[in-house]
Amino acid sequence: MRIAVASGKGGTGKTTVAVNLAMAAARSGRSVHLFDCDVEAPNAHLFLHPRYQRIWAVTTPTPVVDQAACSHCGACADLCEFNALACLPEATLVFPDLCHSCGGCWLVCPRQAIAPKGRSLGEISNGNSGALNFTMGRLRLGETLVPALIRAVKAVPSQAQWIFLDAPPGTTCPVVETLDGVDFVLLVTEPTAFGLHDLDLAVSLVRQMDLPFGVIINRAELTPGPVERYCRDQGLDILARIPFRRSVAAACAEGGLAMDADPAVGRTFRRVFTDLTSREVVA
Amino acid sequence: MMELVICSGKGGTGKTSVVAAFAALAEDFVLADCDVDAPNLHLVSEPTLEHRASFTAGHVARIDPDLCVGCGDCRELCRFDAISGPDDPNRTAPFSVAPLRCEGCGVCVHFCPIGAISFPARTCGEWFISEAPHGPLVHATLDVGAENSGKMVTRVREEAFRLAGSLNVPWVLVDGPPGIGCPVTAALTGADLALLVTEPSMSGLHDLERIADLAAHFGVPALVCINKFDLSPLLTDRIEAFCRDRELPLIGRIPFEPKVNQAQAARCSLIDYAPRCEAAHVLKAMWHAIERRTAGTSLAKG
Amino acid sequence: MKLVIPSEGPNPTDSVDPRFGRAKFLILIDTKTETHMALDNAAGVDAQQGAGVLAARKVVELGADALLTGHCGPKAFDILTAAGVKVHTAPTGSVAAALRAMWEGELPCLTVPNGLGRH
Repeated sequence: MRIAVASGKGGTGKTTVAVNLAMAAARSGRSVHLFDCDVEAPNAHLFLHPRYQRIWAVTTPTPVVDQAACSHCGACADLCEFNALACLPEATLVFPDLCHSCGGCWLVCPRQAIAPKGRSLGEISNGNSGALNFTMGRLRLGETLVPALIRAVKAVPSQAQWIFLDAPPGTTCPVVETLDGVDFVLLVTEPTAFGLHDLDLAVSLVRQMDLPFGVIINRAELTPGPVERYCRDQGLDILARIPFRRSVAAACAEGGLAMDADPAVGRTFRRVFTDLTSREVVA
Repeated sequence: MMELVICSGKGGTGKTSVVAAFAALAEDFVLADCDVDAPNLHLVSEPTLEHRASFTAGHVARIDPDLCVGCGDCRELCRFDAISGPDDPNRTAPFSVAPLRCEGCGVCVHFCPIGAISFPARTCGEWFISEAPHGPLVHATLDVGAENSGKMVTRVREEAFRLAGSLNVPWVLVDGPPGIGCPVTAALTGADLALLVTEPSMSGLHDLERIADLAAHFGVPALVCINKFDLSPLLTDRIEAFCRDRELPLIGRIPFEPKVNQAQAARCSLIDYAPRCEAAHVLKAMWHAIERRTAGTSLAKG
Repeated sequence: MKLVIPSEGPNPTDSVDPRFGRAKFLILIDTKTETHMALDNAAGVDAQQGAGVLAARKVVELGADALLTGHCGPKAFDILTAAGVKVHTAPTGSVAAALRAMWEGELPCLTVPNGLGRH
């Protein structure tokens, strides 16, 4: 079963939920694998202190022009939607950082003068934290093709029965890439005006992608407020309310697991996992 | 004219609340909400919409089912798994493009032997100019699933400059996007000054390092403030050490303040809602520090 | 000599646009025929990325000998240099005034890109 943890708003506790839920599952004896798909700012490893068995660079194909074979017809530059090529009388220039790796230029070149060559997107680290299998992607600073690295992270083979994906925040295409093909999405929100606004955006996305989902309210307050009312009005499943506790916040701040800082939080995550095991897997 | 961009690396550190506070303290400015993925600045006030425009970026492929002969060339060539056809489990019609997956590269359009694929411009959001109680606000929303390449961010910034120029105001205050990707690059490049808002956590420090690197890479001078600093004295110390190492001026330590959420719910900045709380005092001091640092520097901006 | 100047409007009386890739117009001046032509740079204004690349390619296509611009990013600069097009820094003010300054020899050549750094 593949479960993504996402959020419209950043900082609501996505990584906290993903890490603690995956750990709760692993400690219950299941085979579990956590993928950190927030490749621009991966943070799960700060809580898990994983041991890596393998770290490797991920590349994306970018055109290299054989200037001797090039006839300067300009077909490649004309086709490129991303302005990554410029065909001049004396040379054809390539701008790799604008390239989206669509392959159009080397397909269209009448002289077969263009060949794909890898350029670095970032790296993937693969290992484990105790019984929990762990994979993390980290984007090269300045790189633009975020979804391509996320695809590579998700493609890392796993034998685990339970796969959790820590998604990037927001609702744009890196999140779409992460959520694509999952069985269930956990939307983490907080009971604030900003949290509610951004939860609504996230709900639009998962509905558009036709994915089953539920809500976790982090830093929940004693009295239910607008976020709870919204969930009720929309008919959304609230799988958990995790109350704000300064001691837990401090423990998490220092890289600890919330479930270890507070037994009540531990029980909550175990209960959420049990809830997930009872849901049907979408074929 | 001075442009201050407020970034964080990590999301949720309190960028928008800091911008809202500065808006309550600054005299004449234009606000720009460059967090186009999840814009929140318009929630702090009740702005009146003055202008809206739709925003296109790139194209999206569309296969005409009446023309498609089902050869499958498009699916073969598509590197983004955006095209599905009859032998896929869920397909009942000829080949079709999933817009959320389509990269807009045009390869299928170019190579379709029948010319069955059109390539219309992709509308991906809207941008707005609104009038908020403290001043004008330029903001935008990206459609869910859109590519956040930074083009929208650039548009919001440009409109904010244009507006600030025509109103002859000295400040453009930018609520930056979270992360360190394209949208942040688009918000930071060419800025006069960046304020990096962090929180005392491992994640906060980790992401502060990355955003500080980015600001340095683009030659944007950066200041730092630690929000909710009292939640972890240990991490606050580590962040302070980092700032010392990197010679990044630390201009504020804002204490955790429960009234922040209440101010948000009341749709006003903390300065307006609870002007006497400690956090409000720190924010005021921060703004004055920024004003002092920028007074007397060249304010001419192209 | 053929020169290109990015402009906020289609006439020589309009202001030089300090940007290159995203300038509203590119004005081509032919000193031999003493004519000028304004090209709408909508494609550049609208481009998701690589606006400077597009504009530089246009300048080369037009057979220009020189570009007078406030800013020129690194990719545009590479293209123009490879094609042998000189890049001069244009002052703010009208396009016509920038041309005059060019003839007076007042506009230095750019030896390195000086982009605004936007996309």
